[in-house]
Order: sequence, then structure tokens, then C-alpha cells
Amino acid sequence: MKLAYWMYAGPAHIGTLRVASSFKNVHAIMHAPLGDDYFNVMRSMLERERNFTPVTTSVVDRNVLARGSQEKVVDNITRKDAEEHPDLIVLTPTCTSSILQEDLHNFVERSQLEASCDVMLADVNHYRFNELQAADRTLQQIVQYYIEKARKKGELPEGKTEKPSVNIIGSSTLGFHNQHDCTELKRLMADLGIEVNTVIPEGASVYDIKKMPRAWFNLAPYRELGLMAASYLEAEFGIPCVDITPMGVVESARCIRKIQQVINAQGADVDYEEFINEQTLHVSQAAWFSRSIDCQNLTGKKAVVFGDNTHAAAMTKILAREMGIHVVWAGTYCKYDADWFREQVSEYCDEVLITEDHGAIGDAIARVEPSAIFGTQMERHVGKRLDIPCGVIAAPIHIQNFPLGYKPFMGYEGTNQIADLVYNSFTLGMEDHLLEIFGGHDTKEVITKGISAESDLNWTKDGLAELNKIPGFVRGKVKRNTEKFARDRGFKDINVEVLYAAKESVGA
Amino acid sequence: MTATQEPSALNFECETGNYHTFCPISCVAWLYQKIEDSFFLVIGTKTCGYFLQNAMGVMIFAEPRYAMAELEEGDISAQLNDYEELKRLCLQIKRDRNPSVIVWIGTCTTEIIKTDLEGLAPKLESEIGIPIVVARANGLDYAFTQGEDTVLAAMANRCPDKSPVAETEKNERNAIAKLLNFGKKKEDVAQDESEYVDHPPLVLFGSLPDPVVTQLTLELKRQGIKVSGWLPAKRFTELPVLEEGYYVAGVNPFLSRTATTLMRRRKCKLIGAPFPIGPDGTRAWIEKICSVFGITPKGLDEREAQIWEGLEDYVKLIRGKSVFFMGDNLLEVSLARFLVRCGMTVQEIGIPYMDKRYQAAELAFLEKTCQEMGSPLPSIVEKPDNYNQLQRIYELKPDLVITGMAHANPLEARGINTKWSVEFTFAQIHGFTNARDILELVTRPLRRNNNLKDLGWDKLVREDAKV
Repeated sequence: MKLAYWMYAGPAHIGTLRVASSFKNVHAIMHAPLGDDYFNVMRSMLERERNFTPVTTSVVDRNVLARGSQEKVVDNITRKDAEEHPDLIVLTPTCTSSILQEDLHNFVERSQLEASCDVMLADVNHYRFNELQAADRTLQQIVQYYIEKARKKGELPEGKTEKPSVNIIGSSTLGFHNQHDCTELKRLMADLGIEVNTVIPEGASVYDIKKMPRAWFNLAPYRELGLMAASYLEAEFGIPCVDITPMGVVESARCIRKIQQVINAQGADVDYEEFINEQTLHVSQAAWFSRSIDCQNLTGKKAVVFGDNTHAAAMTKILAREMGIHVVWAGTYCKYDADWFREQVSEYCDEVLITEDHGAIGDAIARVEPSAIFGTQMERHVGKRLDIPCGVIAAPIHIQNFPLGYKPFMGYEGTNQIADLVYNSFTLGMEDHLLEIFGGHDTKEVITKGISAESDLNWTKDGLAELNKIPGFVRGKVKRNTEKFARDRGFKDINVEVLYAAKESVGA
Repeated sequence: MTATQEPSALNFECETGNYHTFCPISCVAWLYQKIEDSFFLVIGTKTCGYFLQNAMGVMIFAEPRYAMAELEEGDISAQLNDYEELKRLCLQIKRDRNPSVIVWIGTCTTEIIKTDLEGLAPKLESEIGIPIVVARANGLDYAFTQGEDTVLAAMANRCPDKSPVAETEKNERNAIAKLLNFGKKKEDVAQDESEYVDHPPLVLFGSLPDPVVTQLTLELKRQGIKVSGWLPAKRFTELPVLEEGYYVAGVNPFLSRTATTLMRRRKCKLIGAPFPIGPDGTRAWIEKICSVFGITPKGLDEREAQIWEGLEDYVKLIRGKSVFFMGDNLLEVSLARFLVRCGMTVQEIGIPYMDKRYQAAELAFLEKTCQEMGSPLPSIVEKPDNYNQLQRIYELKPDLVITGMAHANPLEARGINTKWSVEFTFAQIHGFTNARDILELVTRPLRRNNNLKDLGWDKLVREDAKV
């Protein structure tokens, strides 16, 4: 047992659901107790999704505990098949079904006989994998399923596309700025003259999967999601994979050069150096920013970085290599993939921190006292407590990290967004600091009298105590309205009963 | 019994139970705030933790007095010893927080692997010297607010039998008080007592924010009724005395286990009343309590009328409109009854679980209200099926759907007004004073849409998206 109240990566089934609900017309059925469908709330709230989240629960209750699910799961699958006509139903195990050890495989096989859609069991062990690993695994599983199905039917297309083309793998629902990244990557590919063969899983149909072997290469920009599917395709069809995250100026260039190498090896004849140069100097403002006086002022400032592998590694490199900021430590919560992270960042920071314990991260921040933090929402709150500004760069995230405006982290527009994020975090901290030195915004006392300043009224002890229970941000308004109410009715003393009478009459 | 149905009877149905609601462990979110010296330990998996972390939103950053005892593979396969593991964690909690009570929340996982929490608790309690209360608030058995019910039922067993203050000690304390206040305090107390009618002790149950506790207590005080205690109190150490023969009354509709425990185990007498939600409910609640104590209520007519008058601006907005409750928190019957009184038509009352005995007075009141308002009697659908409900919603086109967050945005995108049901559990909705807050919530989507109505953006999903 472990004492915990915060986790960076969610349970395995969340990963499976993220992948399943990213596809078009794929339905997931969770084998779970009542209340485990919280995923639907998150997707509906955070992504402000207009459509119903295609996830239902085959409820595990006392009866199931006593007798097993029996027909229930099969019935739920065939029912959903008839109601929604999905292409695929993914039966999703949870922690509960992991211990019940019901033969879910058997349910899948049985329902496959009746349902007109495909049915699959997500092969994920709750106690061994987290959200990210499960997402990666599920995506690979779905890709493999449809490749094998097409092969059996002889539907796999022959050969490659005429022009160089790419599968973009790994963009999914509830991913950090994934939709914006995806748009930016498609633009980048268009600029490079590369056709986008498929984008998997976000917005794809499972029938697109059989087209995947036609691509010249796969681009898997996220370390956490997509690499398993990409390496499956590499093993099956020899499709090379570019796994360099195009985040930051230097890494974007490295990614593009790798793409150049990969497609030239297959007979394309492209030279992207000119493009990289033009983008770096004129489209992205980040290279210029790093020369400007603004950025000069950041030289040697201390920062810490924490997040998932992809974002924390990329941010560390950007801060250290492109902006001259001193990254005291960089960390990841992707413990299962710690070696990769260490290898990526060790030359760009003093220390590498691998942990899933938010307490340890908080302590490490307090110990270092950086000028800015780049982390998850948890680090943002640590920053609030310690008065250190924080730029959010990775999940877990809140609704404000699903902006409506265009905010990619990848590609050349991404470099601009990141430069803004970094610069704003540091200047905010600086302004605060200066304000403190010069004694606050405005040292003059307010001279206009508020309504309550001329108070001829007496708050009794119980009235005052009750008033103080009202949350601070509305207390002033409640106080004013109550006093107005008391004055209108000629009460001299305001006790708890007057306070509530005022609320009843004017909604104070 | 004849086959012809009484036209005046409520219609009860039961569907498949495929509906969305919060897991009952969410009760820790409001109970740890209510019981200030408590610590809630949820013994479960990452799934439980993930739910709490996300459902509690920013509260999670306020160093809450709750934590997960996250079960690992070794715990599931019994390679680790439950008792030793729990002892280690509880000692850590004692060291860091020193609470007056640790509440263990049993989850689906502890049910399935049959961890004997009730058996382990007394042993560990005597070993570490902190009371341990066990509540099995899991998703296998319960929905959302029923979590509070399981916790309060467990707490009911911890209420003292007799006033713990010994007579001598009381005198001693009074002596000091006398010395300090020159005996003034005693007079105050005597004067206080004289404001009350002589009636058997009354203890109310249900967790409410402190301001609402004050309001309801004052409301009863106006009738000369003294509230001897409240389950739960602000602190675990202040749990009310429950002697045999005490009267108890519930303030929320989801507290049936607590009520049963109070009656059977503590030999209390339950006052079955409608719940004090809405001015009509509050009045009926007070009247029922008064009638049990043989008190003639004073001034309730004027008080209720006055509140309704203050609500007229809101009531105008919803009068004649229809509402559909998808059902997820068990407040549905009381809210529906209030909205019928406001002049709305209720098309369906979905509800996770319907205790017809505990809610008997509320159900009768709903029926009576419908008849008085000339409103058709709604069906009450227990364990609803959300998919079927959506089909009914498309057909009935209600003016307002009260539903969970999983359905709210998709329904809005289809031009159907929604109100997020969970807000009713966290907002202050009890008593005369807070009737306005209920209507503030109910009318918000309607007011919003009045502001936007000329923009022509009602339906924001493409038709082809429906297939």
C-alpha cells in the first residue's frame, strides 16, 4: 500500500479510452462498477466535446460479484452494436475486472458472433501499466488488428504512394495541446511537400489503418504514445519511423533533416536546408528572440522542469540550448522510460529527477528556489504557494490548458508559443519582484468612502461570526447589501437573523 | 386488486442501471471539510484516486485531509499483510496530521478481495489510539451521495449514549465560569432555555455547510424547538448524544441507511417528513416536526408567502416550462416537487435508488403538490438507462434537462438546455433562506439563453454526425 493523493499518470483504462474515443465510430465498453465512467465527464468538460463520448459501462454490481457477468457483457456489446453501429467495440478492463478475473476473451468471442461490428479486448493489465503505457499498447493493438484483418482478406494495398507521404501517429483526445500540434504538423508536412497518408488515432476511421503501409515513413512525435504502433509497422513493412519531437528550433530542424534522410533513402530527392534556414530566421521568432535583449536578461536564470518525457525533455533542451537559461534539474514521471529521459537531458541540466511523488517534486522546487517552473498543474500550485511563476507544459492539466485559440507546442509556430510562455513566466516573476522592492502598486490610501465606511450599524458577535463564514470574495458585497437592508428597515443591530433576512429579501 | 390504475398514483419504473453518476467515495470531498478534525483514508486503486483528483478540482491543492491507500499488486494477491500495511499508513497519518478520527472508505477493490476492514479497525484503533470508522462507500452498491449515508450510518454508532460530561465536572466548570462572569453566564443559559418549548431531545442528521446548519437551527428555534445535536457535528469529538427515545429527523433524501441505523441500533424515533428543500419543503418539514411535538407552528404561512414573493422574478422564468431529471444524486424527488410548485411540469424523475419508506412523506407531498398545481404526475425511474433517457429527451424536447456533466455539453450542442446536477449537491439549497439559490441554478441556462436567443446558434452539431 502506498499513501498518495495525487498522481501524474492515470490508471490504465484511461489510456485505452483515450485511444478508443479518438477514433471515429469506435465505442468502448468498460467492465467496471458504477461511477468509473468519469472519463466521459473529463472529455466532455476539458475538451468541451459536442458529441457524446462513445464510452459506456457494463456495470459490475453485487449480482455480478456473486454470479459473474454471464450474459451481461455480451448483451451490452450487442446492444451497443445495434444502437450506434460502431465499426469497432473495445471491451475495456478496469482495476475491478482485473481482480475478478472473468474470461473477458470469451465474452468478446461470443459477442463477435452476434455483433456486426468488430469486437476487441484491450489487452492491458491494470496493476502493471499506467495510462500512457496502456494508450500506447491499445493503439498498437488496434493497428495490428486491422492490418491483420486486411491481410487476411487480401485488402492490403500494394506499394507506396507516388509522392513522399507520412503517417502521423500519436495525436489523441485529452492529450496536451494535441489538436493544435496535429494541425501544425500537417502544415509542416504540406510545406515540405509531403502528403499526409493517415493521422492516427485522432479523427481516424479504423478503415484508414489498412492504408498505413502506403506511407514512406511514420512520424511519431510523442514519446509516450505511438511508438509501439510505429515499431510494429516497421517490423511488418519496413516503414522507417522518425521519432524526433519537433519541439523547439533545434529539434524541429533535426526532425526535418531526419525526414529528409529517410525519404531520400527511398528515392526522393529533397533538400530542406533552405526551408529550415528560412523558417528559423523569419517564420519562427524564437531564434531572433534568443538574440534579443529580452532573452539576454534571462541568461543564467534558474529554472526547473517537470513533466512527461516528451515535453520535459524538449523544454529542458529549449531552455538550456536556445535561451541560455540554467536548468537546475529536469524531471519526469515516466519512470518506466527513465533511461531515455536521462540520456536526452543529462547534458542540459545539473540534475535529473525521476519520480511519481509530487511531494518530492515540491521539496526539490523549494530547495532550489528557481525563478520559474515549467511543469504540470501540480507544479503550478507549488509555484503559487512559493510565489514562483509556472508555465504549464504537460499533463495533468486543467480546462485552461485546452485553449480555444491556436497554441501548438510543435513546429515553427510552436517555437513562438513556447518563447511567449517562457518569457511571460519569467517577466511575471520579475515584475512581482520589482513591485516588492518599490513597495507595491500604489501606496496611497483609498480616500473615496465606500457605502459601508459610514456605518452607523452595529454588527453583533454572532452576526459578525456568520459573516466571516462567507467566502472572502463575496463577503464585501454581502456586507454592503445586508447593511443597506438593515438601514432601509431601521435595524440598528445586525445579528445572524438580520443577515439571513437580508439574504431572503434581496439575495445578498 | 383491480387492474385499473389509480390516475392519482405516482408511477414507479426501474430500468437497467446503465447511468452516469459519481462514485460514492466523492463524499470525502465535502465530509472532510465538514468534520474538521477528521482524516479520510480511501483504500482503493489508482482508479479511485484518479476520480477524486479530478472530481475535486482545485480542492486537491489545498492539502486536503484525505488520502488514498493505494493498493498494489502485492496487496491484491495477499503477499502483503493488510493489517501491517494499514498500520504503517495510519501511523504516518497520526504523525503528520494527528486527527481525532480516521475514516476508512472501503472501495470496490476491498469488497472483491474481501478485506475485513470492520474486523481490522477495532484492533488497530486500540493499538494506535485513534478512533477508526469504517464506511463501505463503493460503486458496487451505492451511487454518489449515498457515500455520505454510509459514513453517517457508521458514525451514528459512535455517538455517545449519555452526555460525557460528568455532573461534578460540570459544576466545577460552572464554578470557574461563575468566578469569571460573576454568575452572569448561568442567567443567560436559563434565559436561553426559556425560549424553547419543553419537548423530547431532537437530533438532526445530514451534512450541511455551517451557515445552513445555523439557518435551519434558527428556523426551528422560532417554533420553540431546540436542536440538541447534529450528526455530523463540526468535529468528531462533538458528535451528539443519542439516547434511547430521542427524536431524529433527516435533512437530505439520501440518508436512508443512517435513518435505519438510528432507529434500529440507537432506538431513536424517526420523524418522517418532506425535506427542507424549497420554501414548501421547509415549511412542511417544520410543520411535521412541530406536529410530532404537539406544537402549533407560528407564522409559517406569512413566512412562506414572503419567500415566494421574493422568488417571483425567478419563478416567472420557469412557470409553464418542462423539466427532465436524468437522475444521479437522489435529490431528484425533492427538487422535482419544488419545481412543480414553481409551476413547472416534470416529465421524468430519474433517480439512482428509491427508498419508498424513508422518502414516503416526500413522495406523498410530491403527489399532493402535483394535484394542487394541476400538473401531471411524473414517472419515477429508478436505476435509469441513460441511453433510453436520451431517446425520451429527443422525443419530449424538455425545456430543461438536469443531468451530469457527461451529457451536458452534448445536449447543449443539440439545442437542449441543461443544468449540471452535481451543483445541487454542493450549493446551499436547504431552508427558506436558500430557495433563491436553487432557482438561481435552475434558471441560469434559461437566463443565459434569453441573452443569446437572437443569435441563431441553437444547434451546433452537424446533422450527419448523428449517422
